[in-house]
Amino acid sequence: MTSFDLQEIMAGVLAGRRIGPDEAWALYEEAGCHELGLLAHRRRLSRHPEPVVTYVVDRNINYSNVCACGCRFCAFFRPPGHPEGYVLSRADLAQKIEETLSLGGTQILMQGGHHPDLPLSFYEDMLRFIKERYPIHIHAFSPPEIVYFARLEGLDAAAVIARLRAAGLDSIPGGGAEILVDEVRRRVSPNKCSAGEWLGVMEEAHRQGLRTTATMMFGHEEEPRHRLDHLFALRELQDRTGGFTAFIPWAFQPRNTAIPRLPETAVSYLRLLALSRLVLDNFDNIQASWVTMGPKVAQTALLFGANDFGSTMIEENVVAAAGVHFRLSADEIRRIIRSAGFEPRQRTMAYEWIDGDSGQ
Amino acid sequence: MLDGNWYKQVGLGPIYEKVLGGERLSLDDGERLFACPDTVAVGALAHHVRRRLHGLSAFYVMNQHINYSNICVNGCRFCAFHRNRGEAGAFELTIEDVLAKAREREGEALTEIHIVGGCHPDLSLDYFEALLRRIKELRPGLILKAFTAVEIAHFAKREGLTSREVLVRLRDAGLDMLPGGGAEIFSPRVRSLLCPEKLSGEGWLDIVREAHGMGIRTNATMLYGHLETPRERLEHLDALRRLQDETGGFVCFIPLPFQPGNTQVEGVRPTTGVDDLKTIAVSRLMLDNLPHIKAYWVMLTVKLAQVALLFGADDFDGTIIEEKIGHMAGAESEQSLTRSDLERVIREADLEPVERNSFFERVR
Repeated sequence: MTSFDLQEIMAGVLAGRRIGPDEAWALYEEAGCHELGLLAHRRRLSRHPEPVVTYVVDRNINYSNVCACGCRFCAFFRPPGHPEGYVLSRADLAQKIEETLSLGGTQILMQGGHHPDLPLSFYEDMLRFIKERYPIHIHAFSPPEIVYFARLEGLDAAAVIARLRAAGLDSIPGGGAEILVDEVRRRVSPNKCSAGEWLGVMEEAHRQGLRTTATMMFGHEEEPRHRLDHLFALRELQDRTGGFTAFIPWAFQPRNTAIPRLPETAVSYLRLLALSRLVLDNFDNIQASWVTMGPKVAQTALLFGANDFGSTMIEENVVAAAGVHFRLSADEIRRIIRSAGFEPRQRTMAYEWIDGDSGQ
Repeated sequence: MLDGNWYKQVGLGPIYEKVLGGERLSLDDGERLFACPDTVAVGALAHHVRRRLHGLSAFYVMNQHINYSNICVNGCRFCAFHRNRGEAGAFELTIEDVLAKAREREGEALTEIHIVGGCHPDLSLDYFEALLRRIKELRPGLILKAFTAVEIAHFAKREGLTSREVLVRLRDAGLDMLPGGGAEIFSPRVRSLLCPEKLSGEGWLDIVREAHGMGIRTNATMLYGHLETPRERLEHLDALRRLQDETGGFVCFIPLPFQPGNTQVEGVRPTTGVDDLKTIAVSRLMLDNLPHIKAYWVMLTVKLAQVALLFGADDFDGTIIEEKIGHMAGAESEQSLTRSDLERVIREADLEPVERNSFFERVR
């Protein structure tokens, strides 16, 4: 790749042209960090000309940490039968939701593990229990959970999604995507659903009218080219369905996991984030991850392609299990957004601004 | 891509031309840079200057910090480190205590010991002379970078000596260099609010001028993100720039974001990452005669300090052990870094790690 080609590619990006895998690779390998950031920020501003950065007030509720999957990168799960395994009681669930609502929360992100003993009716009952009592958006059950539920019940994923939806599921979080390349998944999460299954659940969910997000966890045992494969797989699906609301890349946190390595650095994170904005030209929203990168770098990410600051995370357990603890209030998130030169707006899962929130 | 047109589009065309032509930026230019929302473009310009000066080298030092005491008569409101004598948490190390700390790291290939403390009401110049002599005896090869200009002024006042006499005696005892602390913000308006008891900005500059005149090199700092305006930051940078024109004695500039935890400054929140990066970039662009800009990871966090190496900073400081001043004010960074941690972080930013000593001479 000559620098002339790189200049051409950058000019193409500025002109709003779609980039292919070779061009994306050239940018990722050859472009300077500033150039990637500036290109991504231009793209972000052309998609969202208003100087707004959104955030959501929600809570991560992990209904269980019991998981038969045993992914090597996970510090959160406990295998079935382990004394530290738990399933949240209804009373605890109710208390957590009430607290979320009292803090101005609009949604819960609810995920667990692959619990071998809970039937699909357990999840349906849990959704109904919540919906009967609380006016709250339920963003729950990542594709690996749905695939696992289907396997346990002898159903297909479409039937599971339909039943969960009928019981009150509002949208599906993009977790469990890790790296959407099977040779990587076989190494780091051999018992988890395949890349094709993950994408299949999302396609079916979109077909049934559920919106979803998409994530990427990078910096474990994948090669850099696998990150690009992941982005292009998402872009291809989004071209067909338009059902993804947002993309959320985050860096693997190795502490307390079975993958010994050092965490990705901030520069590596910002480069990948910028590249995501450039490749995912059909995604509206790219989210910064303060939970893994800390507030200072997450704020910087708002100039590298991100337009969303994520969630207040009233509760977060999975990253915390890997020894990373950052805390931010909604007030602090608004201040950080303003200090980067943007207007903060609280949003819903569908990225609609919440009426009456003047960003004060 | 990052050409004159790009800078014209973000309103920095004339500044871009000046920077490329090696022309000095005015305070008004500095205000324009602070006001520009395109922080990455400002950072890229600072990175251009940094590359012109240092190529892709990113420096670090293998050093040890020792705080001999936190007892201080100044009571600066921004400081979470100081204590009054007899107050809970007050400490004062004997010379033997300090030597014991130095001995703990005797097996390590350090090049520098950084020693600062409070303005202690009772410790005499004899104590500090003995401190330097004994450490020099223990580790003769190490550079002793010790005592801010504020401490020098305090010693002089306490002993009834001139600051020059103090510097001569300390140099004879083994002092090699002064760190840059105590500069805070030179603005008399802000100093009267934050640290009325402390040496004035003029006083700080006078002592540093004196040290430079004696061949003692120093660093310089700026504490920002409290009550100062962007203009006051720029005036601070300009004062350093003018003194550097006169003496050439500054080695490295260290912008320090104010950490409000456990201090008496109310209603101020910590600086944000974008402000930190912008301040480093503007410092690089304004301080055209100061060779080095430090990304002090203790205050910035390691993650942001790495990004700062692409926004005008060329130094990552060092493998500090037992940092107290920033951490007592709530700094969320790590307590120490190993050499391999430091080198990896630098390489991951596509830069080349270079170990340096206090004077930025290559160690290897």
